[in-house]
Amino acid sequence: MIPVPEINLGGVLPALIIGVAGLLATLLGLFIRKGAATVGAIIGFTGVLIALAANAPLRFMNTPAFSGMVSLDTFTWFFNLLILLSVGLTILISMKYLTDQVLDLYEYYAILLFSAVGMMFMVSGAHLLMIFVGLETLSIAVYVLTGILPKSSKASEASLKYLLLGAFSSGLFLYGAALLYGASGSLSLAGLAKYFQAGSINTMGLIGMGLLLVGFCFKVAVVPFHMWTPDVYDGAPSPITGFMSVGVKAAAFAAFLRVFFECFGSAQVTWSQILWILAVLTMILGNLAALVQSNIKRMLAYSSIAHAGYILVGMVAGTSKGAAGILYYLLAYIFTNLGAFAVVTLVGRKGEANISIDDYRGLGKSNPSLALAMSIFLFSLAGIPPTAGFIGKFTIFSAAIDSGYIWLVIIGVLTSAASVFYYFRIVMKMYMEAPEVEPECLKFSPSMALALSLTVLVVLYIGIFPTTYLNLATESVKTLF
Amino acid sequence: MENVSHFLSLITFIPLLGALVILFINRECLETLRWVTIVTMLIDFVLSLFIYFGFDPSLESMQFVENYPWVKEWGISYKLGVDGISLFLVLLTTFLGPILVLASWKDITSRVKEFMICLLFLQVGMIGVFVSLDLFLFYVFWEIMLIPMYLLIGVWGNPARRLYAAIKFVLYTIVGSLLMLVGILVLYFMAGKSSGVYTFDLLKLYDYAVPLQAQFWLFLAFFLAFAIKVPMFPFHTWLPDAHTEAPTVGSVVLAAVLLKMGTYGFIRFAIPLFPNAAVDAVWWVCLLAVIGIIYGAWVAMVQEDVKRLVAFSSVSHLGFVMLGMFALNFQGVQGSIIQMINHGLSTGALFLIVGMVYERRHTRLIAEFGGLSKVMPLFAVFFMIFTLSSIGLPGLNGFVGEFLILLGSFKVEALTWYAVFACSGVIFAAVYMLWMFQRVMFGEVTNAKNLNLRDIDAREVAVLVPILIFVVWIGVYPNTFLKPMEPSVKNFIQHVEKKRAAVLALEKSETQTLPNAEKISLVYSGTDSVPRNEN
Repeated sequence: MIPVPEINLGGVLPALIIGVAGLLATLLGLFIRKGAATVGAIIGFTGVLIALAANAPLRFMNTPAFSGMVSLDTFTWFFNLLILLSVGLTILISMKYLTDQVLDLYEYYAILLFSAVGMMFMVSGAHLLMIFVGLETLSIAVYVLTGILPKSSKASEASLKYLLLGAFSSGLFLYGAALLYGASGSLSLAGLAKYFQAGSINTMGLIGMGLLLVGFCFKVAVVPFHMWTPDVYDGAPSPITGFMSVGVKAAAFAAFLRVFFECFGSAQVTWSQILWILAVLTMILGNLAALVQSNIKRMLAYSSIAHAGYILVGMVAGTSKGAAGILYYLLAYIFTNLGAFAVVTLVGRKGEANISIDDYRGLGKSNPSLALAMSIFLFSLAGIPPTAGFIGKFTIFSAAIDSGYIWLVIIGVLTSAASVFYYFRIVMKMYMEAPEVEPECLKFSPSMALALSLTVLVVLYIGIFPTTYLNLATESVKTLF
Repeated sequence: MENVSHFLSLITFIPLLGALVILFINRECLETLRWVTIVTMLIDFVLSLFIYFGFDPSLESMQFVENYPWVKEWGISYKLGVDGISLFLVLLTTFLGPILVLASWKDITSRVKEFMICLLFLQVGMIGVFVSLDLFLFYVFWEIMLIPMYLLIGVWGNPARRLYAAIKFVLYTIVGSLLMLVGILVLYFMAGKSSGVYTFDLLKLYDYAVPLQAQFWLFLAFFLAFAIKVPMFPFHTWLPDAHTEAPTVGSVVLAAVLLKMGTYGFIRFAIPLFPNAAVDAVWWVCLLAVIGIIYGAWVAMVQEDVKRLVAFSSVSHLGFVMLGMFALNFQGVQGSIIQMINHGLSTGALFLIVGMVYERRHTRLIAEFGGLSKVMPLFAVFFMIFTLSSIGLPGLNGFVGEFLILLGSFKVEALTWYAVFACSGVIFAAVYMLWMFQRVMFGEVTNAKNLNLRDIDAREVAVLVPILIFVVWIGVYPNTFLKPMEPSVKNFIQHVEKKRAAVLALEKSETQTLPNAEKISLVYSGTDSVPRNEN
């Protein structure tokens, strides 16, 4: 008789709910002629709300499940929360977008939800194969989403590019996993941790670790594995770009953190040096390249590369403080960046005709509240108090200083000073430059208004009263150390 | 303290309340917007007077302290307090508030709503910087004030070069302040590791003796942030641009209060936290200060634009402030603080005056004017008095500050020659100011456009008279202002000396007895015998 492993469906319930919602959206879409997209959105959003409720018990769990394939703990809880929040916000933003583009695509929401399922399995994965399956589920869904706009050659090109490079990086990841298996005889994180703790790491194990690192760095867009980012971010529909920049990043960083702190924690000396260099390169290149962009989506793409660099600083710090900083940073970043992309979506209008930063001229006059919201997001991205972005940078940099990486932090703050230039440039366009033609007053849909006001409020609130969220982040990383 | 007063919080956040009210006023009702702002500023000023009258001038400790945990886990607190050093800077800020609104009444006609909101936010940031006693809180206020100032220059500035000036201002400031943030964090962890208590509380960090080598680097980080803000030579290049391009009100705030944040930063943070490094730095800081004094004066002399001239005179005047402060003796420091106030009043007033001329003629080039005193006699009187006050004529405020500063620096043997050269700055000031005044105001009216300029009206008089009163008051009876700061200044100097000696003693004992051992504890306590006024 084959022993039946204990099944703990309750632990993966959030992912299941989202998966069911995705299926439901697909199914209903088949039968509804008109307005299928709206129905999809409603189903998706309801699914997210239910999943948020189902996710709550995870906070107090700390057990492996499905024979050690997934681990249900506070860390998973936190990242599930981040993913659900970003999916929910993306749905809100997308509703307006799809109406603007006159597209009735229910598949859009279904695929979005499927990618979220992939993410949730990726963050809870306690086994390299599980992580890989999650990674692939999310990646394939995102490849499709990137190119979902019909008749847009730019989007198709972006999608193909992403697919090719993404497949390559997945291959590297898998190769790394295979080598690690060869070295240690196990693919579960616990088994790998044991192997690395034992101390006698052979070259195969090290190469495996390196390849895993490359795989993750590709997903989170770290220099020099960032080449795909600007093109893909530019080509994808704006809400999806926003989703990629926060959701995919959060999920990938979650697995990155889990694998590297849980398994390779004992080999930290080896990889933290590599990450030090990568962090510096990423911060410098991301920020410098963003300086010269004239397309806002490309600018935000480089800015998101730069932010990956700041987050790496937290990994280099290598302490629970650094990891907690990363969690808080991602929370802040989700709201900030999705808010910014909501504005990009709104300003972009039909066919994304207005994505040059010059299209933001005069926004302060024609749409004062929108301009104010955008300014707050940009200040948060630049790390100016009292926004969430400031606290995020502050936590990460302070963790790095605590671990003695003062030079890394100095490079970090200097590049961050450079970033002020391009973020403030948008503010400048909005308030200080006059447009050639008087811009029209943009109409918010209710969902968009909800998304924007929510993001603005959260960015300010967790920036001014960060204590609770910092504590949650600290609590969530306990299982890693 | 039993009953904690919330005066400081009130003063700091009332402008924010005003800004919220303004948010709900229709942008077309310009008068209402202006009135709401001015009333808010007036309430703020009146409340700050309560601080002045409630302030016990015999104490050197912090007063009106409020202390609440903010992010407890990290030792970040919401801690406010004033002592004799910050008291007058707070008052200066609140005092200028209503004046700024009044001065902008006719000047600012586009986007009045946003302008008033910016002004009020700026007020929050500035007052916050002067009252916060927690390094984190201080940093937050320090950065917050950047955004409204940026908008002030960028939106309402001179169309030609405002964008350039605005971004230059932001970049200069932010590079400095971010490095200071690194410094703050390093200090936080060093102090925390050695004492076991992680805190951003300034008064607690005062008592932490920073090792010598670390002091040098930390002082440098703080120095950069503050020196850019002051601005000291050679970090001053953002100032003339920002001043020239900003609207009148922007220039006034910039000169009167924002620059003081830099000098205040030295006296509140950089020097008392790192006294050894500060003392070691005296020679080069003073050198830069004296270069600033002379260089600023020389460059001011050749300016063709009145506003730029006043801007460069700021560089020169703030050189004096820095020189006095780094004399690190009673007269020098006291003179330096009073000179901060003086500079705020006279240079602020000069910018207002330049603004008034600009409103009438839409030019600030000296060559365009001449003989204005005939057409605008009342204006001429005010202009003359503020010019003389800026030069440092006895009987007006500028003299008191400069005299004390020079006295203080002459007393320090090493600084005698610095003081000698600094004295020349006073003479140069007379040259460039009076020469400018002569070319603008005296002689025949050569330019026909100037023939029919109207004299200043009641509103403009109302803008200038309050400043005038204080200019004369400080000049004639400075004791009103010097007395309350005395204990705090004495305490500051004592603290610097004691802490410096303590650090030296610690380092010495360590190198003698434990040459290679771990540094055990570098905490010493009791900088002052009187317990600090905390709750």
